Amino acid sequence: MKVLTVCGLGQGTSLILKMNVEQALGGRGIQADVEHTDVSAASSMQADYIITSNELAESLTEHDATVILVNNYFDMDEINQAIDAHMDS
Amino acid sequence: MKFLDRKLIKIGAEAKTADEAIKEAGEMLVKGGVVDATYVDAMVSAYKENGPYFVLAPSIAIPHARPEDGVKEASVSLIQLKNPVTFGHQSNDPVQLVFGLGASSSDEHLTLLRRLTGLLNDRKNVEALMNADSYEDIQNLLKMER
Repeated sequence: MKVLTVCGLGQGTSLILKMNVEQALGGRGIQADVEHTDVSAASSMQADYIITSNELAESLTEHDATVILVNNYFDMDEINQAIDAHMDS
Repeated sequence: MKFLDRKLIKIGAEAKTADEAIKEAGEMLVKGGVVDATYVDAMVSAYKENGPYFVLAPSIAIPHARPEDGVKEASVSLIQLKNPVTFGHQSNDPVQLVFGLGASSSDEHLTLLRRLTGLLNDRKNVEALMNADSYEDIQNLLKMER
């Protein structure tokens, strides 16, 4: 399974999200390849899931992947719930 | 690598707009000798182009640009705003803590982000940073994190 965490530049924000998403997936025993990238590169990358903020999701509506929204990148409860709502562990 | 060193922290900053707050967080990095002035301009441009997505959590913004925009050393500064400022984020406004991130392409960048994430994943630490009155308050908090 391929997961992208996406931000505007692909340098900081998406990397922070990647760390917490990997932690959440690990805690659920979900095997996934998590990669961080910027919003323009993401549109041409293959993925099963894209995790990003509401602000950037609008640019990714054409993507085949399921887009999962996270508002608070430092709230593990929110990240866990977002994953549970969309992925089967 | 410079992570919230004394010189990179300002308590009770008086910025009134998102632009001013981003510039101030960036200027701390310039004064600390870890980024070039061009990097601060790039931080502001990134906000204008991509919007406020870097307001990652309630009250917290982490403005940054790309390593090639003028980063000399992986680094994080902090501006604690006296009065919270609106960045235009749908759910996380207003912002009170602005972490200026000097994004480098080195492994130190990952180390810095891990430390920042470790610190901010605990909402108690965020409250403590918002209520800090002095550098010493923050220093004590950082010591406990290590």
